[in-house]
Amino acid sequence: MAPNTENRLHETLQKNGQSILREWIAQQSKTSGRPMSASQEKQLEGECREFLSVFGQAIQTGADDISRPEWKGARDFLTQLSASRARAGATPIQTAMFIFALKDPLFAGIRENEGDSKALAEAIWRTTLLVDRLGLFTMEAFQKTREEVIARQQQELLELSTPVVRLWENVLALPLIGTLDSARTQVVMQNLLEAIVQTRSDIAVIDITGVPTVDTLVAQHLLKTVAAARLMGADCIISGIRPQIAQTIIHLGVNLEDVTTKATLADAFAVALKRTGFAVTRETRSNGNAG
Amino acid sequence: MERIPILKMGEFLLVTIQVDMHDRLALTLQDDLTEQIVKWRARGVLIDISALEMVDSFIGRMLSNIANMARLLDAQTVVVGMQPSVAITLVELGMPMKGIRTALDVEKGMHTLRIYLANNGRNRDGDGSTTV
Repeated sequence: MAPNTENRLHETLQKNGQSILREWIAQQSKTSGRPMSASQEKQLEGECREFLSVFGQAIQTGADDISRPEWKGARDFLTQLSASRARAGATPIQTAMFIFALKDPLFAGIRENEGDSKALAEAIWRTTLLVDRLGLFTMEAFQKTREEVIARQQQELLELSTPVVRLWENVLALPLIGTLDSARTQVVMQNLLEAIVQTRSDIAVIDITGVPTVDTLVAQHLLKTVAAARLMGADCIISGIRPQIAQTIIHLGVNLEDVTTKATLADAFAVALKRTGFAVTRETRSNGNAG
Repeated sequence: MERIPILKMGEFLLVTIQVDMHDRLALTLQDDLTEQIVKWRARGVLIDISALEMVDSFIGRMLSNIANMARLLDAQTVVVGMQPSVAITLVELGMPMKGIRTALDVEKGMHTLRIYLANNGRNRDGDGSTTV
């Protein structure tokens, strides 16, 4: 007699709404472990009140499957709530307790209204199933928001870490920081090639001082970038090769013979200047320290 | 019939590819270009592909072939104006086109050719050129 139970739950909510709300809030502030400020308490009360009202509406229809359209209001509310909590940095437990703390007061209310012990057990069982489902739904929404945050940060990291710097007339530098994977190589390549077109550069210095390790895959990505730049008519110099990395490259048998390599960015820059026909000279001052 | 125009600029030939390449067109271009190189005794060929938005392995191979043919006829080829996306595609296709000279645009390509020819100045037998 499912509809009957749901109806009874609705009756309980109607009758004991105020006390359930009060106890629910008390339960949550107890589990949160920290005293809440007045504004936080007010916000929590608003959230609880709103949820109880959408919960009551859904219960009233008699459906106990929360994927039904009758539950859309409650689902939307929970999604929004867990999203805002995830963004605010709440722990999963804190978020889940919002729903699970509802059990105690609900059961208390049911106990008050059910005389028959069999009906009481049945009502409590059905209620616990319902609350568990709502709790799981909340966790799923929470997780989804967290994953969105992570995906966004990955994207931002990708954009942040691939600047193309103009060193000199017709000379570009590409300081690479962090490990190179296929996705990043794609972005790096695209940025570099576009910068080559924009600045009409002849030489690009790829500095790998900030690349922690070079394996065959990273080396292959580097060579691809160099080949693509060459197709656009720009020569590449790879600089910032640390001693360990030089050893690794040779041990791996990676062929970097076709590429100009330099130990430091300064050396690479000097080569680039020479190739573009510039020279750096120090001005000797005759009026200086002589005497 | 559709043809790709070949312009003579002094001792260089300029080929601008602005339409989709297909087999027949590529073959015609190879015919025309080799003929023109011999006819004008061209020393350099500039192939401008800045209008090409997409490439496949066929076009990549065609460009390599043309460069090799020109080399046999003693003319240097420079491919100019490649779009970034095209360059990435060629590299991903595993066609880094080693042995082909490249430049960002026609101007730079011309510069590259001049420097190369100045360094490897060929003297054509019986050229009759008025070198001072």
